Amino acid sequence: MSGQVMGWRRLAPVFLGSLARRRLATLFSLVAIVLGVALGMAVQAVHEAALSEFDRGLRNMAGAADLQVVGPRGGFDEQLYARLAARPDVAEASPVLEVEARLVGRDESLQVLGVDAFVLARVTPQLLPRADSGDRFAIFAGDGVFLSRAAAERLGVKTGDLLRVQAGSAEVVLKVAGDLPALGDDRRLGVMDIAAAQTLFGKLGRLSRIDLRLRDGVDAEAARRSLQAVLPDGVLVETPAAEADQAANLSRAYRVNLTLLAAIALLTGGFLVFSAQALSVVRRRSEFAFLRAIGLPRRTLFGWLVGEGAVVGLLGGILGVAVGHGLAWGALALLGGDLGAGYFSGLAPRLQFQPLASAIYALLGVVAGVAGAWSPAKEAATVAPAQALKAGDEAALHGGRGHPLFGLALLAGSLAACAIPPVDGLPFGGYLAVACVLAGAVLLLPSIAALLARLMPVGGPVAVRLAVARLAAAPGHAVVAAAGVLTSVALAAAMAIMVASFRDSVDQWLTQLLPADLYLRAGRAQSGSYLDEALQARIVATAGVGSVAFTRHDGLRLAAGHAPVALLARPMSAAGGGLPLVGQPLAVNGPSLWISEAVQDLYGWRPGQQVELPLAGKPVRLTVAGVWRDYARQTGAVMIDLDSYRRLTGDRLVNDAAIHLAPGADALRTANALTALAGPGVLELAFPGEIRTITLRIFDRTFAVTYLLEAVAVAIGLAGVAASFAALAAARRKEFGMLRHLGLTRRQIGWMLAQEGALAAGVGVLAGLLAGGAIGLVLIEVVNRQSFHWSMDLHVPWLSLLTFGGGLVALAALAAVLAGRQAMRQDAVLAVREDW
Amino acid sequence: MLEIENLSRSFNGRSVLRDISLRLAPGEYVAIVGESGVGKSTLLNLIAGLDRPDGGRLRLDGEDYALHDEDALTRLRRDKLGFVFQAFHILPHLNVAQNVALPLWLQGVERDAADGPARQLLDAVGLGTRGDSWPRELSGGEMQRVAIARALVHAPRLVLADEPTGNLDPANAARVLALLAERVRAAGAIGILVTHSLEAAATADRTLYLTAEGLRG
Repeated sequence: MSGQVMGWRRLAPVFLGSLARRRLATLFSLVAIVLGVALGMAVQAVHEAALSEFDRGLRNMAGAADLQVVGPRGGFDEQLYARLAARPDVAEASPVLEVEARLVGRDESLQVLGVDAFVLARVTPQLLPRADSGDRFAIFAGDGVFLSRAAAERLGVKTGDLLRVQAGSAEVVLKVAGDLPALGDDRRLGVMDIAAAQTLFGKLGRLSRIDLRLRDGVDAEAARRSLQAVLPDGVLVETPAAEADQAANLSRAYRVNLTLLAAIALLTGGFLVFSAQALSVVRRRSEFAFLRAIGLPRRTLFGWLVGEGAVVGLLGGILGVAVGHGLAWGALALLGGDLGAGYFSGLAPRLQFQPLASAIYALLGVVAGVAGAWSPAKEAATVAPAQALKAGDEAALHGGRGHPLFGLALLAGSLAACAIPPVDGLPFGGYLAVACVLAGAVLLLPSIAALLARLMPVGGPVAVRLAVARLAAAPGHAVVAAAGVLTSVALAAAMAIMVASFRDSVDQWLTQLLPADLYLRAGRAQSGSYLDEALQARIVATAGVGSVAFTRHDGLRLAAGHAPVALLARPMSAAGGGLPLVGQPLAVNGPSLWISEAVQDLYGWRPGQQVELPLAGKPVRLTVAGVWRDYARQTGAVMIDLDSYRRLTGDRLVNDAAIHLAPGADALRTANALTALAGPGVLELAFPGEIRTITLRIFDRTFAVTYLLEAVAVAIGLAGVAASFAALAAARRKEFGMLRHLGLTRRQIGWMLAQEGALAAGVGVLAGLLAGGAIGLVLIEVVNRQSFHWSMDLHVPWLSLLTFGGGLVALAALAAVLAGRQAMRQDAVLAVREDW
Repeated sequence: MLEIENLSRSFNGRSVLRDISLRLAPGEYVAIVGESGVGKSTLLNLIAGLDRPDGGRLRLDGEDYALHDEDALTRLRRDKLGFVFQAFHILPHLNVAQNVALPLWLQGVERDAADGPARQLLDAVGLGTRGDSWPRELSGGEMQRVAIARALVHAPRLVLADEPTGNLDPANAARVLALLAERVRAAGAIGILVTHSLEAAATADRTLYLTAEGLRG
């Protein structure tokens, strides 16, 4: 075995020396793999850092708890605590009130945990506060809050300072009494006495969570099941790991989608290796024939040619991992742990080197290199030496017509793949369909090239005729030059169609959801801020206000293992007017429920179905009247009429108000009057135009990473055309010399090369746009729907796509001419004499 | 000893070679001449194991290789045959000494160990100082001398030269042909020179004429 390895090593200069000689093509292949690996590695490293930080935070928060009892965002009755603490299987129960306290005058909030200091040390010791004064009872001071290091740094406060936060629509002043020395992560957090928190934030008698430590020997799963049986509706008992799983699941689809985009960039890199190796095989055909003639076995030749790809792939993989970590570091600093998508707000993840993931990504580089080199190596190994040693065989090109039937079968297979339901929340059918479309399009490329050549006009200048004749005679060459273009254009077109459709749909959605003149709120829906009845009355009575539609927000736990579902209660008509409905609404008797597409997908609810919603700890039967589009809440949202909600729960508070101005009222004056209803900085007021602008800005930021991936893929594809033509032009020096002898000017040969470049890229762009359109549809109808549970209307950005395609063809023509310049110099004329 | 008996080959029903027989002893250097299309390259490919005959026998030192499988033919070429081509086939990314050492590398000789014999052969063909040069720095005549050194470095039993001077000017061609004959004889190998030039053929011990009727002495 080692002898064989040694034997292989002896031949290294023969093959690796050739890689070094083809510096430009090798460099392009290397760069393509580096970029593909780097992008995938960066996405992986960033999300791993964020998830690890999130998980660490949750572990700190859960401490030694075996189980956690959680309920709706509005909380549940604290009497449950006494019942659970008294159970024989429970050793300790720690009640927690969680409040997202908005900081007055600042557009951010602080997570405040109200805790029982007496049981904290035994269940969640990481949250134990430390008073700077050394007073062990400082936590019981009504307004004392203990801040984590990250929170104190972020807020710029120290012990003894005062902190102004909002409770409902009133201002509350807290005093920083100390820190949380045992909290190991960078979470921004405040801890205070639970009774004080309940009083200050208007949550008397309410709890958000109860952490349970079970007695020794009690089986956690058995205890979970028996506890769940005694809990009121909408209150669930879960393991601390469940929330981490939910967070990971929530961001997983986004993460996987980004990783797949990086994979397509890597695939483009693989095609570039294919181009470089295929052309290298053409150029080195007689070299291989000679080596075979003097006794190089076919298998060794094949192995070494694949090895050339593997070497490029390995180098690219190692460099890609290094560059990927650099990119991840930059992305964490600029975009945060969720790459701008908003999944892990408030976290400060730290990048860590992951040996296993790094090795896998480096290996993916090798796989791309090997896959790209495989087919050309096979081609080279099957060449008959006697044939290839003949003079004039040097520039033989693929003349095949590809595998059109297999290509068509793959396209048909993509349709079938679209029907595959999601697996563990991931749209594997969609990914398979994308792969089938791409592979099918590549296999059909020679046929498309041949068809295009037949459709081209027969006459015209000689340079054009030569270029068309070449495309017709060797359509397989189109695969070599245009496969990378096809892949990158397909990716770019698919993403452009998907993003344009999404953005257009979001825009329409915002227009439908924001019909009022002004929007007022006491803070983010998740925060502890609200508008009480007195304030609601004052809003309605404000001069200039015509009508007001209030909305109440809450979060409901519908099933274990699922993230909370948002509950919105607002005035609703029977026909669901004002909602961006999907399909026709149903006329129902009794209280109706409007569900988002995510709820439809995740819980299987359908219009007309009677469902139970846990409201105020009781199951309430409602009929699903319709499905609406919701691009804001991936975990699902349900909407009911505000009056029905109030009647069912007795909750009279609301979170925000949509205000229609009275006829002739001045918007600015009315806005000023409304903000003056509470203390300075308490009420937030926005015009629909502002909300729309901010939302679309966030949308664009979310897709910034995908734009980057697209640009990289297109650059790689274009580099492929340049590399292909550089290699091919060098191999065709004798042909150019012969043409110059026949009387073609250098300009005419340049024009011929430009035509060839434009034709090859044109074939790639045409096939890429067609494949991209199909992939765009798969992304819209399958991948997005199954990953994020939202549908959208198709919107094709025709002008952008045509401009992009035309630009790419022009650039490819230019690249081909530049690549051929070297071969068109005077010595090309002499090259033909080498045969004399 | 190379023994060819009743060798025949046809392509698409057209007979190119029919009943070709030939016996060559070690140290014997012959030239095969013939018009274009008469089957010189086909005969050379068959002798080299690059093609398979339809009938007949091919024996080198008693080993009948006409029906060997591909792996066995590859081994035969690697160990017992040397080639000189019209188009040189010098690998541009290996230096001159490495190009000459290549057949030894294929036989499993370590790179360092192969360097000595390669440089000795280069010395023998008058290129002793050019071992570290790159092929692009050589003239056509020098490249063909490198090819001759490479064809002989692994002491083959049979050296096949296919129009080795086709790319050279007359003066260089004469020098290369003389060198080839000298080195083949010195190595005690069997040499076959295929050419359409009678002048080139004159450098061999004897000339055989390949015609549509067969091989004539």
